[in-house]
Amino acid sequence: MMNTWIYARNLVVGLWIVFKRTFTKPVTVQYPEEQPYLPPRWRGRIVLTRDPDGEERCVACYLCSAACPVDCISLQAADNPEAHERRYPEFFRINFSRCIYCGMCEEACPTNAIQLIPDFEQSEYARRNLVYEKEDLLISGTGKYHDYNFYRMAGVRTRDKDKGEGEHELPPVDVKSLMP
Amino acid sequence: MATIIVDNKSYTVDEQQNVLAACLGHGLNVPYFCWHPAMGSVGACRQCAVKQFKDDRDQSGRLVMSCMTPATNGTRISIDDPEAKAFRASVIEWLMVNHPHDCPVCDEGGECHLQDMTVMTGHVYRRYRYQKRTHHNQALGPFIRHEMNRCIQCYRCVRYYRDYAGGRDLNVFGSHDAVYFGREQDGTLENEFSGNLVEVCPTGVFTDKTFFHHYTRKWDLQAAQSICSHCSLGCNTTAGERSGTLRRITNRFNSQVNGYFLCDRGRFGYEYVNSPHRIKRAVVRQERHHSKLGTTEEVPQPLEFAADCVRQAHGIVGIGSPRASLEANVALRSLVGLQHFYQGIDEQEGQLLSRILKVLQTGPVPSASIHDAEQSDAVFVLGADLLNEAPRLALALLQSIRQQPMEQVDELKIPRWDEAAVRNAVQNRRGPLFLTGYQRTWFHEYATDTYFAAPDDIARLGFAVAGAIGQGAPSVSDLSPEVKDLTQRIAEALTHAQRPLIIAGTESGSLATIEAAANVAWALHQQGKQPRLSFVLPECNSAGLALLGGGSLNDAFDAIRQGKADTVIVLENDLYRRADQAHVDAFFEAAQTVVVIDSVENPTTAHADVLLPAATGPESDGTFVNQEGRAQRFYQVFLPDGDVKESWRWLSDLGRATSQESGSESGVATWRNFDDAVSATAIAAPELARIGEVAPSASFRLVGQKSPRQSERCSGRTSLISHLTMHEPPPPVDHDSPLGFTMEGYRGPLPSPLISQFWAPGWNSIQAVNTYQDEVGGPLRDEMPGVRLIEPVATKTAGWFTTIPHAFQPTAHQWLLLPLSAVFGSDELSNQSPAIAERIGKPFLSLHPSDGARLTLEDHSTIDLMLQGTTYRLVVHLSPSTPVGTAGLSLVPEVSGVSVPAWVDLLKAIQTEQTRRAA
Repeated sequence: MMNTWIYARNLVVGLWIVFKRTFTKPVTVQYPEEQPYLPPRWRGRIVLTRDPDGEERCVACYLCSAACPVDCISLQAADNPEAHERRYPEFFRINFSRCIYCGMCEEACPTNAIQLIPDFEQSEYARRNLVYEKEDLLISGTGKYHDYNFYRMAGVRTRDKDKGEGEHELPPVDVKSLMP
Repeated sequence: MATIIVDNKSYTVDEQQNVLAACLGHGLNVPYFCWHPAMGSVGACRQCAVKQFKDDRDQSGRLVMSCMTPATNGTRISIDDPEAKAFRASVIEWLMVNHPHDCPVCDEGGECHLQDMTVMTGHVYRRYRYQKRTHHNQALGPFIRHEMNRCIQCYRCVRYYRDYAGGRDLNVFGSHDAVYFGREQDGTLENEFSGNLVEVCPTGVFTDKTFFHHYTRKWDLQAAQSICSHCSLGCNTTAGERSGTLRRITNRFNSQVNGYFLCDRGRFGYEYVNSPHRIKRAVVRQERHHSKLGTTEEVPQPLEFAADCVRQAHGIVGIGSPRASLEANVALRSLVGLQHFYQGIDEQEGQLLSRILKVLQTGPVPSASIHDAEQSDAVFVLGADLLNEAPRLALALLQSIRQQPMEQVDELKIPRWDEAAVRNAVQNRRGPLFLTGYQRTWFHEYATDTYFAAPDDIARLGFAVAGAIGQGAPSVSDLSPEVKDLTQRIAEALTHAQRPLIIAGTESGSLATIEAAANVAWALHQQGKQPRLSFVLPECNSAGLALLGGGSLNDAFDAIRQGKADTVIVLENDLYRRADQAHVDAFFEAAQTVVVIDSVENPTTAHADVLLPAATGPESDGTFVNQEGRAQRFYQVFLPDGDVKESWRWLSDLGRATSQESGSESGVATWRNFDDAVSATAIAAPELARIGEVAPSASFRLVGQKSPRQSERCSGRTSLISHLTMHEPPPPVDHDSPLGFTMEGYRGPLPSPLISQFWAPGWNSIQAVNTYQDEVGGPLRDEMPGVRLIEPVATKTAGWFTTIPHAFQPTAHQWLLLPLSAVFGSDELSNQSPAIAERIGKPFLSLHPSDGARLTLEDHSTIDLMLQGTTYRLVVHLSPSTPVGTAGLSLVPEVSGVSVPAWVDLLKAIQTEQTRRAA
């Protein structure tokens, strides 16, 4: 007798909750017709960006691959004799089937080259399609950080910047001068 | 022993040390820059400041530089004192004021002493907002890159290069806050030990240029112990690999052998491993083959084909090699049988090696390690050009000449580590170093006396010195007054020393030189001294090969010529470097089948019917015996690609394939892994019995685990090969050593051969080696520095060598052609490295000016020299150090086929520009 009463009450309460929701705004988004808002710092697909001069920002320092907790980034540094000390990655590979989108690579990157962007649409039927090479990763723009150019700050010589021409740099010392 | 109190804890330390070394030895982190365990203290950088207290009531104390403070009993210091900490933080902040924002593109990054010290000091935020000083860089040649902006003015580079390594062309220029470390102008750093600047520089001013071209961070390198194979000294190296490419060689501390430094040939000669001329596939060459192979048959499997040939052979010749590991030579000897094993070196070299072994085994004088050489207080070198043949030994001798002046330093009560004061006290005084030979180098400027003469005359000088020292030693009577005088001086210097060292070379092929050196050492032993003997051998495993014995290369040629054998197995040996072309050609022509096992293409591999690709040193496990008789293990750093296998494994597989039909395996066919190879080697010769003690066996485990070759932070595991396969294959299993090809395994104190790279938390640079030592600069903890296979019997009385050669007489038409080794150019494998190849000089013929006049040759003129059937284009060097009646031939790749020493009629053999034109 007691049980029957409890069942009936639960039924009514349940129906009441359903009825109440009829008048609230639905939270379901009609994805993909309707795109959800993702904040700029949302951690999705990884890209390699370019500096304001349009050159590759990545200097192949290996910090992202070292920071990666699932070891899904690999690269090889190469020197470019035409660009003096300017380094770039010979290859740069991210295995997105292993990536956990933790953003540690972006935090480790000293040149703002590697960035996570608000794009998560990476589903594939074959895992091998989730292996992104440098051509797949490199975008034309600066991404989230518009102004930073590592080689303007670094002391090394590049194609368009000789010693002493960087930011906060004095002209090279004349070693033969004994002036104080 | 003294007790010092650091932050109210007492530590027992060696009172000969300074406080910095004492603290580091106990694992206390005191930051430093200018101090180096091998170079002492100068107190230049002010980074190692600590607070010193008078006694336990002293509350204020005073700041002192720990590197300049002796660790006397009762010294009371504080590292953690707030004032000392603040002082150190300020120092590093000053040093970093001009340091560029370069770490991401700096090759030192991740193994930078400056980074480590900055983190250790706690300087994390840049407050200086003003402009940074900059410098132009210099092009310093194929080995070293220069980036002067990064300099923190610790002066270590010039102290190393000039004071320690005897270099002249690196210096410090300029003044005040703009001093510049470099050359007077752009150009190659000339010193043979310039590569150590990479490790000596605490930051990235000097970096490895060869590494730059295939750069990867230290933490990504798969590394293991290797033994340098480019000369007979057996320096320990750490070889690092990534993605199937050997990336670089760094020094590996071994207290008995190379200590903290390597030579440039050893450091930059590694790129032969990545050479495009590497043999990667096992092949059968049918076109050369005469009869056995039907044309209709398909290409046979190389191993089966070789096994068939070996099975059906009417006699077999196995040619070993002084550059192959001990195990590979034993495997070959086991496969072909004792009487068919030939050493693969010419008769003269074989005789020299066995005489050296006899001297070391039967005499009372032990051989010297490099460490012993550094400690010796008088050195007499007989006929060896150390700088070119065994460079690291020359560097050791540069330290040995400081030993005798050091006694005066001790009298002045100056501690030996107080480098600036020591240099001041010593001034230009040098201990006795007598160099004899027939080629002058800059090293001779450090000698007390030099004597340039033909090998026989050098031997006579040696015999004369022995005669002057020892009672009953045979003496030389008919010496010129100058030589007599020199003999007296040498004898006096050697008898005044406590630990004299006698070094003899093998390059000139003179048995008498070896015997003279032995006589000198025995005479000194008779006088109650503690002499040491050191012989410079031709190649990295010459001593091991000598222990195994076997016939000479000529015996092998005879065996084929006389029809005693028709099948040849050549193990890692380019016969064209060891005998003249006609003989070797005839030998290969007469042989039915030639099986060659080698790693890099050479003229010999071109004659192979079956070519089996051998693994190079860093790709294989093995043992080398160095010139001291010290057996040292090297480990496979990475698995080679293609069909490449260790030579001993090829021979073991060949043995198995050969015995397949008979069904009974014996000897090398029963080898399954490296431990089997080691056990078989241990019974191959009586001296090799202790070979198993060289390093832990493959079953060695700590906490049930192997030790890893990769660092804890090795990256890219799940993406390095994901472009080839999405499946992540399991890492290869190593059955041959207690090392694993992964980053998993035991991390903690290890026996020294199993350490992959020197690293400790907070110590990412190579200076982490401090944390592996109980006493800084001393042996590593659990050091296994190799096993000395040959120890003397001290009680034995020496039987003097009595065959004294006649004085060298120049003849009218014949010149004695002598080999002149070149540090870059004379070693077969390192020549394959592009950086070394850039430093190889042009082939030259060195003559005494009077001989030059006789032959009407001018200095630097070009000649064509007809030698042993081949014409070589050479440049003439007229040098007074070349003995009259001899001619020196530089051993560079272009003339590698010439067998020297030899007598040549230069009047006929030389064709000059004029005679060419006349013809």
